[in-house]
Amino acid sequence: MTLGLMAGLLFTPLAWAVLTLLVDFRKGRVVTWLGMAVQMLVSLGLWAVVASDGGFLYLLGGWQAPLGIELRVDGLAVTFVLLTAVVAAACGWHASIYLDPDKAWHRYFWPLFWFLWAGLNAVWLGGDLFNLYVGLELISLAAVGLVALGGQADALRAAIRYLMAALLGSLAYLLGVALIYGQFGTLSLAGVTALLNSAEVPAGLSFALVLMLLGLALKTALFPMHGWLPPAHGIAKSPVSALLSALVVKASFYIAARLWLDLGGHLGSYALAQLIGALGGIAVIWGSWLAFRQVKLKQVVAYSSVAQIGYLFLLFPLTWGVSDAISLQAQQGITLQVISHALAKAAMFLSAGNLIMSVGSNRVDALAGVSRFLPFSLFSFGLAGVSLMGLPPTGGFAAKWLLLQASLASGQWWWLGVLLAGGLLSAAYVFRVYQASFIDDTDIDHFFHPSRSLEVIPMILALLSLGLGLMAEPVLSVMSLPFEAGRGQ
Amino acid sequence: MTLSTLMPVFALLTSLLASVVIFALPERGYRLRTVINLAAAGLKIVLVGVMIWGVAQGREYEFAFNMVPSAEFVLRADALSMLFAGLSALLWLLTTIYAVGYLEDSPNRSRFFGFFSLCVASTMGIALAGNLFTFFLFYEMLTLSTYPLVVHRGTPKALRAGRNYLVYTLTGGAVLLLAIAWLHGLVGDLRFQEGGHFAGVDPSLHGPLTIIFVLLITGLGVKAALVPLHGWLPQAMVAPAPVSALLHAVAVVKAGAFGIIRVVFEVYGLEAAEAMGLLTGLALVAAFTIIYGSTRALYQIDLKRRLAFSTISQVAYIVLGLCLFGPLGVTGGLVHLVHQGIMKITLFFCAGNYAETLGVHRIDELDGAGKRMPGTSVAFTLGAFGMIGAPPLAGFITKWTMGSGALAVGMDWVVAVLVLSSLLNAAYFLPIVHRLWFAEQHQAWPHERRWGRLETSAWLLWPPLITAVLMVLAGILANVPFSPLSWVELIVAREAAL
Repeated sequence: MTLGLMAGLLFTPLAWAVLTLLVDFRKGRVVTWLGMAVQMLVSLGLWAVVASDGGFLYLLGGWQAPLGIELRVDGLAVTFVLLTAVVAAACGWHASIYLDPDKAWHRYFWPLFWFLWAGLNAVWLGGDLFNLYVGLELISLAAVGLVALGGQADALRAAIRYLMAALLGSLAYLLGVALIYGQFGTLSLAGVTALLNSAEVPAGLSFALVLMLLGLALKTALFPMHGWLPPAHGIAKSPVSALLSALVVKASFYIAARLWLDLGGHLGSYALAQLIGALGGIAVIWGSWLAFRQVKLKQVVAYSSVAQIGYLFLLFPLTWGVSDAISLQAQQGITLQVISHALAKAAMFLSAGNLIMSVGSNRVDALAGVSRFLPFSLFSFGLAGVSLMGLPPTGGFAAKWLLLQASLASGQWWWLGVLLAGGLLSAAYVFRVYQASFIDDTDIDHFFHPSRSLEVIPMILALLSLGLGLMAEPVLSVMSLPFEAGRGQ
Repeated sequence: MTLSTLMPVFALLTSLLASVVIFALPERGYRLRTVINLAAAGLKIVLVGVMIWGVAQGREYEFAFNMVPSAEFVLRADALSMLFAGLSALLWLLTTIYAVGYLEDSPNRSRFFGFFSLCVASTMGIALAGNLFTFFLFYEMLTLSTYPLVVHRGTPKALRAGRNYLVYTLTGGAVLLLAIAWLHGLVGDLRFQEGGHFAGVDPSLHGPLTIIFVLLITGLGVKAALVPLHGWLPQAMVAPAPVSALLHAVAVVKAGAFGIIRVVFEVYGLEAAEAMGLLTGLALVAAFTIIYGSTRALYQIDLKRRLAFSTISQVAYIVLGLCLFGPLGVTGGLVHLVHQGIMKITLFFCAGNYAETLGVHRIDELDGAGKRMPGTSVAFTLGAFGMIGAPPLAGFITKWTMGSGALAVGMDWVVAVLVLSSLLNAAYFLPIVHRLWFAEQHQAWPHERRWGRLETSAWLLWPPLITAVLMVLAGILANVPFSPLSWVELIVAREAAL
């Protein structure tokens, strides 16, 4: 059972990537629907298995560590696998209607989409530094390709910029990995942690951690390295923007977080933790402010991602040198933030895409009157916005609540200001869009009405991010399940 | 899951589901929408009625589950929550009837009624919340669901008012969240409990608890429109009349006041709050707000704006009553929660009727309106006299109880505030009443509409008449069981018993 699930999870995306490469857009669409159903079932099954029996360490093909591929199938990993399945399926479904099948280059959407999915799963489950790197590269290349799919010169320029940033990030990460490997002779995260626990930490090895974190932060678009994100996410086709903001940036953050939680205790320092946290804090404020200032709707949403990503980096100060209980609270808060942002941001990009499609312009002030004639997409947009603002009862609120508690309990009260001000600023940019849509200067319905499915998909995602707040407790209890070595073979 | 566990959930769901269904209905589904609205409102009254009956018998209705680790979602029906839930269930029905008439033939009704129901669901949640965490949930939901109502007309003025409203309330919400999270970190998850939690608390906690109290009151004071946090309220008058009525009588302003009641009574506890010296400051703020609101009301020439400033003043009575920390004063404050609601909604209904039927917005245009619209004008006059505190109307009961309460605990200056405020009330309400009945009409109505035999549409006429009657009954029958006053006495007895 488990074997089948794991095989399905890892190989369907790759198989489908190759399959869809061979056919045109319309056929690729049909093939993809089938694949998405399979992936959804497999992800759900794996999640259920871990939820009921606990996590396990999975050795691909039964090979032991240095040679084989080691997968950590714990609660957190399967939660993200499931999240990926939900968001990717929603974006894929949306794209299958949204993208124009008559543009020749759109057929490449499907293989890229499936490579991206494969890379994401590899990162969530990856247990050693090199395989994480491979997963990360797969994601970056697929993502750059998807951005370039926009077709115009602007899209290509943004894609090239994105590619440069991604390559630079990978380089820094790989350098750090090399340093670690040189010291310990192993790439397994668990192995490195064990060695660190048993031996004296050599001086200078912190540099390796800093390098890896730097590379990953660049890929996650942490302030001040966020410059590449808004053009790329803003110009891509809406389903692509949704995938990028919801999932892709989370992959590099996920690796950074795993590194920090496993190695940070030995190789990190208070100053480093606070510095990273401070950059995150500035990202929240600065990103929200820029989002508020944007003229184009999708740029608002893209800068909002810069801000929301900032919150994630509060993980570093809130888990360093604090009690296990506080650290757990912070980890839970950040995980909820990752999930709720993924759902809400995907919903927001997809509904923004619908809105742009209906008014025929990507400017915020073009939305006047939409509230009367197209309330549904606007409502999804607003509902997702509520989660981004961190207002109850959304997942964003549950995350903020846990982070507030962790900041208070650890005595790092300065993060309170970031959390509260960030919420208010995000309210400012969300309501700016709303306000534009409420202006009632037209009595004529001159809007294009997108198909029902296009409108329903973001609504589902927005409702999920809302429901996450109410269901936070059960979701959190699964994601904190650890893996046990020796099961699942 | 027994029925008694689920009763509060059902009470919440009636309006929540109504809202979802209404959003889904097409704009033209006028009849069906009206039916759903009225059915949901009626059902809610029945559910709340059953719970009121049960609570009076000493039964408990509670629904709870863990939302995030260490923080619970609690819905609970106790005596205090039923005071607020009863008020909002009753006034929701009347306001719905009124709104159906008021918005006849105007655009965006589906959106309006959807958010309208959502707003009432939030109010119900605020009433039934069993701890501060849950309270905050619905408090913020209320902010979000009222915004579309305030900007409903979509004019630049409405949008500006809406933006201002959000700046005030969301900032207030952030302050409140900080206070609640801090309190939670300090002492854990506290359910509302009769008598409060902090009697005999460790003196080393007095410092942080005092700061938290100030933050809580600041956060709640924004919605309760305590001076100087009241700036949004007069501007929000651009909203359609039923929204203003709801905002002032049950929803937003009362949510703030109700939150302050919960904090003082059932989180801190009256005695502990008094022992920590927290109430004197609050009493001064409330007293200042009462006088300030009344004075500003005197200078308004727009009818709705005058009523808005009057609300600022009247809601502070509730807060002032709490600070009298004797059973009588507290009774006076609590009962005003209901009395002010009924009186103010009457006045706003009437103001809406003048605007819709005659096109009259300014007070000096009201000359002779009593002859043209006798029913509305009688209701308005009763409301005005009630606000002034003339016996035997509801407002009199409030002022009398509060005054005796103040004397009983030796806070004589409060009586002076009450007298001064009543004089001011008279000074800004009596000229209106005079214009209605005794001045001659000297110009044509700015924009008159006719509805057959009645002075105005029946949908618009009946709600203010009904609330006016309720207001008279609340005064005359104050000592009958289940009157607002008797119910408040029950609450106060239960609070004191612990």
